[in-house]
Amino acid sequence: MNMIEAINSAMDIMLERDPATVVMGEDVGYFGGVFRATAGLQKKHGKTRVFDTPINECGIIGVAVGMGAYGLRPVPEIQFADYIYPGLDQLVSEAARLRYRSANDFICPMTVRTPFGGGIFGGQTHSQSPESIMTHICGVKTVIPSNPYDAKGLLIAAIEDNDPVVFLEPKRIYNGPFSGYYDRPVEPWSKHDASAVPEGYYRIDLGKAATVRAGEAVTVLAYGTMVHVAKTIIDEIGIDAEILDLRTLLPLDIEAIETSVKKTGRCLIIHEATRTSGFGAELAALVQERCFYHLEAPVERVTGFDTPYPHSLEWAYFPGPVRIATALTKILKD
Amino acid sequence: MPETPPKASLRRPAGNLPPLSLHIPEPRYRPGDTPDFGDIEVPAVDATPRPGEATKPDAMRELCYGLVRVLDFDGVAKGPWNPKLSPERLRMMLRTMMLVRAFDDRMFRAQRQGKTSFYMKCTGEEATSVASTMAIDRSDMCFPSYRQQGILITRDYPLIQMMNQIYSNRGDHLMGRQLPIMYSAPEYGFFSVSGNLATQYPQAVGWAMASASKGDSRIATVWCGEGSSAEGDFHSALTFATVYNAPVIFNVVNNQWAISSFSGFAGSERTTFAARAVGYGIAGLRVDGNDPLAVYAATQWAADRARTNNGPTLIEHFTYRSEGHSTSDDPNAYRPADEATAWPFGDPIARLAQHLELLGEWDADRHQAQAKDLEGIVKTTQKQSEKLGILGHGMHQPFETMFQDVFEEMPWHLKEQCDQMLAEREAKFGPDWKPE
Repeated sequence: MNMIEAINSAMDIMLERDPATVVMGEDVGYFGGVFRATAGLQKKHGKTRVFDTPINECGIIGVAVGMGAYGLRPVPEIQFADYIYPGLDQLVSEAARLRYRSANDFICPMTVRTPFGGGIFGGQTHSQSPESIMTHICGVKTVIPSNPYDAKGLLIAAIEDNDPVVFLEPKRIYNGPFSGYYDRPVEPWSKHDASAVPEGYYRIDLGKAATVRAGEAVTVLAYGTMVHVAKTIIDEIGIDAEILDLRTLLPLDIEAIETSVKKTGRCLIIHEATRTSGFGAELAALVQERCFYHLEAPVERVTGFDTPYPHSLEWAYFPGPVRIATALTKILKD
Repeated sequence: MPETPPKASLRRPAGNLPPLSLHIPEPRYRPGDTPDFGDIEVPAVDATPRPGEATKPDAMRELCYGLVRVLDFDGVAKGPWNPKLSPERLRMMLRTMMLVRAFDDRMFRAQRQGKTSFYMKCTGEEATSVASTMAIDRSDMCFPSYRQQGILITRDYPLIQMMNQIYSNRGDHLMGRQLPIMYSAPEYGFFSVSGNLATQYPQAVGWAMASASKGDSRIATVWCGEGSSAEGDFHSALTFATVYNAPVIFNVVNNQWAISSFSGFAGSERTTFAARAVGYGIAGLRVDGNDPLAVYAATQWAADRARTNNGPTLIEHFTYRSEGHSTSDDPNAYRPADEATAWPFGDPIARLAQHLELLGEWDADRHQAQAKDLEGIVKTTQKQSEKLGILGHGMHQPFETMFQDVFEEMPWHLKEQCDQMLAEREAKFGPDWKPE
């Protein structure tokens, strides 16, 4: 399966297993979603389980909060993460705090799925990476898969979770892993081990990182698209790096990070989102607080620049092979 | 220095076009003025027709601009909207509204005595929640704004639990996490109150959609003020409600004032709030909100409509906020002190009492005795509640409750922060600290 098929399969299974599951969003019903993630689900499960919504993100998330209060398990789609902002108040002030403010009287078992990230010539309104805004909200979990196998298992776990989850899907790798070289041919998922996805139900617990590559020289912390970009560069320049795919940003697998950095003594953090107050800042602080006496070099960040995502110059913005290789060289020399 | 030419938008065009002017709404009366509402149109009690509950919205538009009334100003109930309630029901309605008022008076005073941080009365607007709640089924779900204490009191929620919440004391089942009056009572069909305005509007629609999709028979009902009808959430909710024909009742309590901003800042200078329904193709009713029987009748109509799959209704309750927005503002700073008494629609409690008296089912002595009785109940309950603590006099909850319920299970970072906080507590209070 590619990532879209895996995500579709996760929703299909949850619609089948739990009559409370409801899938909704702009264009998700009859048409099956602009990225085809919900293709065939309405036909199979019916219009009251899988349906189109008005173009109104405040309404989509607000209505999902009310459905959750009734006892449903809504899985709203926000067509692009860039469009989540009109619904942010419902997410920050309502969904995230409902359990807390009502002392468990009401809960919000909602999974907001949304494609994020650039590299598809989406311009400034179809390329953003708002994960650090999500992790800054108290009461929301933030999950980012990097391959079809994880996407399915994590999405099932997210839907089954009784707290609101923001499930960010790296759209650049929906149809194949991305090497970071935009000028090379695209590789399909079928050549990647993680495209072997079981048909049936399985879950990957939230809050657990995965070791993509074991190594001794430096720990690389990445998630989503950047896992594949990092791996390509590291294999190319032949560094014995350990790559951790964080998979869940909140709750974070701090044990995995600590163990790895204490072993390697060096840490490089890679994300596509803008740099200032990005999730890399949180990771760098945590590594410094917990691993300072094991560090042999300053913690480095490779990120997007603090500009809106430029349309024609997106590959100059993207934290690609040159930026990553430069940072790796520096961190290993220090 | 070279002169920078002005941006195009700041340059005035050539020619003799008249200058535009910007309109900033201004209420008619300010402190020191003599308010006169003589020009407010009050249609006759029997002038507003009562269409069938399944009537198409475009065939009943005039109801968005009229006024549903039942009680005339002499206390006589008449016209097609008369719900013809039994004297027992009327007395129960009166008692509930009086209890709300007694509760409000007592809790307002408690705030002034420094026993809590905040309080909000609903004086003059009791009918908009009490009569409204009486007209729906006990199992229907209410999504209140912050001034609907009348819902809980109508549904016999224990007063002591409301007070415990107001005091954030040991008995507060929300563990002191919420600002006073932001109750939550699922077993009473009362959704957790948010401090953010109109956010409950789309939530109520979502609940109603869920109920409909499950083939349930319960409907949802939701409240906001006229001021917060300007929020995007209000319009999101109406859009979703009309698209999915959701079984929901939207109440806009138009009490004329949003803190110090009069209703003109939500658009009242141009049209009514009920008329918002027209653009969405849903049913709209404009009701005398100080007439408990009209509120009851309109809500009953809307509930029947929703329950028979005929869709949502928007009800504007035309009323007046007789007191401040909350304990935090002084209404005399922005409106005439006697504006409430000049309001032509009277007081809902006085009007219902007058009606019952006309029927021979009530009299001044009974009224006085009941007021005293209710005051006593509230006072006794208050004493019991205060035994469980008042805000600011000691800390009433175990500190670790602060970290509970952020998530179903506490993640490591919250556990660490909880440990830190407990260490801070020990440093300040020693190892034997217990909730006070």
